[in-house]
Amino acid sequence: MIRFLLRRLLGAAAVLLALAALTYLLFYAMPGDPAQLACGKGCTAPQLAQVRHALGTDQPVVRQFWTFLTTLVLGHSFSTGPSTVWCSAPCLGYSYQSNEAVTQMLLDRLPVDVSLALGSAALWLLLGIGTGLFAALKPGRWRDRITNTVILTLGSTPVFVMALLLLMGACVWLQVLPFPNYVPITEDPVQWAQNLLLPWLAIALVSAAGYTRLTRAGVLETLNQDHIRTLRAYGYPERRIVLRHAVRGALPTVVTVAAMDIGMVLAGAVFTETMFGLPGLGKLAVESAGTVDLPVVCGITLLAGALIVVANTVADLLHAALDPRVRI
Amino acid sequence: MTHDLVLRVEDLRVTHPGPVTALDGLSFELAAGQVLGLVGESGSGKSAAALALLGLHRGTRTRVEGGILLHRADRPVLDLNQAGDAELRTVRGPELAMVFQEPLTSLDPYRRVGAQIAAAYRLHTGASRAEARQRTAEVLDRVGIDPKRARDYPHQFSGGMRQRVLIAMALALRPRVLVADEPTTALDVTVQAQILRLLDELRQETGMALVLVSHDVGVVGGLADEVVVLRQGRAVERGATARLLGRPEHPYTQALLRAVPRLDAPLPERQAPAADDVLVETAGLRVDFGSVQALRGVDLTVRRGETLGVVGESGSGKSTLGRALVRLQDPTSGTVRFDGQDLASWRGRELRRRRHELQMVFQDPTSSLNPRRLIGDSVAEPLRVHGGRDEAKLRAEAVALLERVGLDAAHADRYPHELSGGQRQRAAIARALILRPKLVVCDEPVSALDVTTQAQVVSLLRELREEFELTLVFIAHDLAVVRSVSDRVAVMRKGEVVETLAAAELTRPQHEYTRALLDAVPRLDAVTAG
Repeated sequence: MIRFLLRRLLGAAAVLLALAALTYLLFYAMPGDPAQLACGKGCTAPQLAQVRHALGTDQPVVRQFWTFLTTLVLGHSFSTGPSTVWCSAPCLGYSYQSNEAVTQMLLDRLPVDVSLALGSAALWLLLGIGTGLFAALKPGRWRDRITNTVILTLGSTPVFVMALLLLMGACVWLQVLPFPNYVPITEDPVQWAQNLLLPWLAIALVSAAGYTRLTRAGVLETLNQDHIRTLRAYGYPERRIVLRHAVRGALPTVVTVAAMDIGMVLAGAVFTETMFGLPGLGKLAVESAGTVDLPVVCGITLLAGALIVVANTVADLLHAALDPRVRI
Repeated sequence: MTHDLVLRVEDLRVTHPGPVTALDGLSFELAAGQVLGLVGESGSGKSAAALALLGLHRGTRTRVEGGILLHRADRPVLDLNQAGDAELRTVRGPELAMVFQEPLTSLDPYRRVGAQIAAAYRLHTGASRAEARQRTAEVLDRVGIDPKRARDYPHQFSGGMRQRVLIAMALALRPRVLVADEPTTALDVTVQAQILRLLDELRQETGMALVLVSHDVGVVGGLADEVVVLRQGRAVERGATARLLGRPEHPYTQALLRAVPRLDAPLPERQAPAADDVLVETAGLRVDFGSVQALRGVDLTVRRGETLGVVGESGSGKSTLGRALVRLQDPTSGTVRFDGQDLASWRGRELRRRRHELQMVFQDPTSSLNPRRLIGDSVAEPLRVHGGRDEAKLRAEAVALLERVGLDAAHADRYPHELSGGQRQRAAIARALILRPKLVVCDEPVSALDVTTQAQVVSLLRELREEFELTLVFIAHDLAVVRSVSDRVAVMRKGEVVETLAAAELTRPQHEYTRALLDAVPRLDAVTAG
């Protein structure tokens, strides 16, 4: 267990390092000069040089990358003209555009994605496992087919189309919900849930399809196994066999996939955030990439990478917890 | 012992979709405490019959006809085949319980074994958790498992122990009939003997009747009062066990009995290979898997042209030894010398050039042949790997060899699932021989096969080793089979060779472990004499 976590930690550090390096490289291969953008129109040559110096982009790439890394781990003092600011670790530097501390920017937006991920995951698991079981109880029959058709249709709808349909349906035609406007849970939990309901639904309806199929396939596969025959031979009712025992066989896979999917949403659901105007990481990433805001993009990439690594580790731990035969 | 009628089966027919008749009219009566043996080869319908008794074909497309009449004191006779699902469920467990062939997979891997026994018990008795726990401890103790292990999961038990758990689960409900479908087929001889003894004791203690289904006449013979021999769904002969095994009337029963390998059968005359012409020699061979020591220093010689049998229980390291001999497993320490050279010194091109001299035939021909390739392609593949390009020639060679092992050209164009188990194993042997190897290691080559098929494959191997001048290493847990093909036999236990003796001497061993193995083999003569 401890060894497993340590190994994971080392692996994570390597992955994140590679990610950061890759992001840096990509940025330098791309056209566009952040200093030029920050300096604006009518920028004179000396001014441009000054901005470059302030941003650090006049240094060689490797040197910049090194500074980025040491800043992240140790913190760094930034001097903007007369005043000096100490940015403590983990410091991701300052946005070229807004001069805000990147770490703070990320922390501001992370709750949005956490809300989005956990809420939608709860919904899609409920929906996916529920429909999967419903289909598996009578495989090949009408309700299996209908469930499959509906779920497949939903699953193949792009999330922005789903978002549009939900917005049109709930906010324009039926007018049962206001247009979503993110409210932090700390301010008003009811408002928070009400405003996030549509984004949750959008993600859940699209994602549930995978879980329906995983659950259905897992349950049907387990039902063919020898230990289920033992239960039948001891007179267990079929419903109990499916709902208690066959589901158990499907669960490890479902949970593992769910943990990884949650990691993906946490790392930024670009379409959903954009469609519903949610101030999350995905939206920030798109904006920062557009303005060549290297520190912000780098910060988001690293955070997203870290979240996905964590999600994978959690998935492995859950899998081991759910299956006594798996040891880590 | 009472003689109350418990179960009367009338003209039982089982038809699989197709329609394929699996069982074509089986009738028998079973009294309390009585043991009925159902014997037959695969495809004889014996398992279909066992499953039908508990109504386990329900919910599938298989059709069951006939009467399965359960007699109960003070209650009307119940026809299980006509009973509703709900009523049938009340009978499964308390009246009829079942023990399956696959102890490794018949328990829920996600639940502790104690919880599984207790759940079945509570389902039918409505007992409290504490009472169920108490009963679980009792039955576990009775089948020889420490009740403390109730909190362990199935994967923490060996196959034999898991079969005990399943028997305990049945025992908890005190069923009146126990249907045991090949209960010991997946187990070692010594474990098999223990399980059979346990079943017999429980029958005597509780007065339950036993339906014992097996392909092994020896297993059934030791326990059954009456035996029914099934062939292609029909009962070809039935009778009291001693009479049926001693003086079989039907030619099929006679053939079946003849095919059973016997430890006292005369050995064929054979020129013993020269003792000084050694083909393979291992010295201090050790193989560790993590903390598990599979082989703990094996010194063994295989003479050129001889057949060396290797016997031992599962976990004794015999498969690991076989793999090390053909360099599928690198030793942790020690050496394997082949034709005077250290196998470990073969590297790169040398290894590729000489690999064909070492071949292996595996236990399960179903999984060792690629299910998506034609038999002919699989057999010719080694030639291709070693540079064969002329497809017509490759095919001709493959077909010639298939014909040599008793198949024909038509089999070359079939897929593995279209062949029977015996035919698949013949194809696997052809594949091993196509590169004209010097050494062939056969790892349990016949243990997945019926007795008659087993006898055919064994005699095929005997013929081939002369013709191809092979040196064979024949690994098996069945002592009689090993004795019948080998010149010498090595007995393995816990990663060590405890003794090596001439095949003719196998029944007069020096080592006590070999004696224990021999004693565990079910004997037909004991039954027929008594």
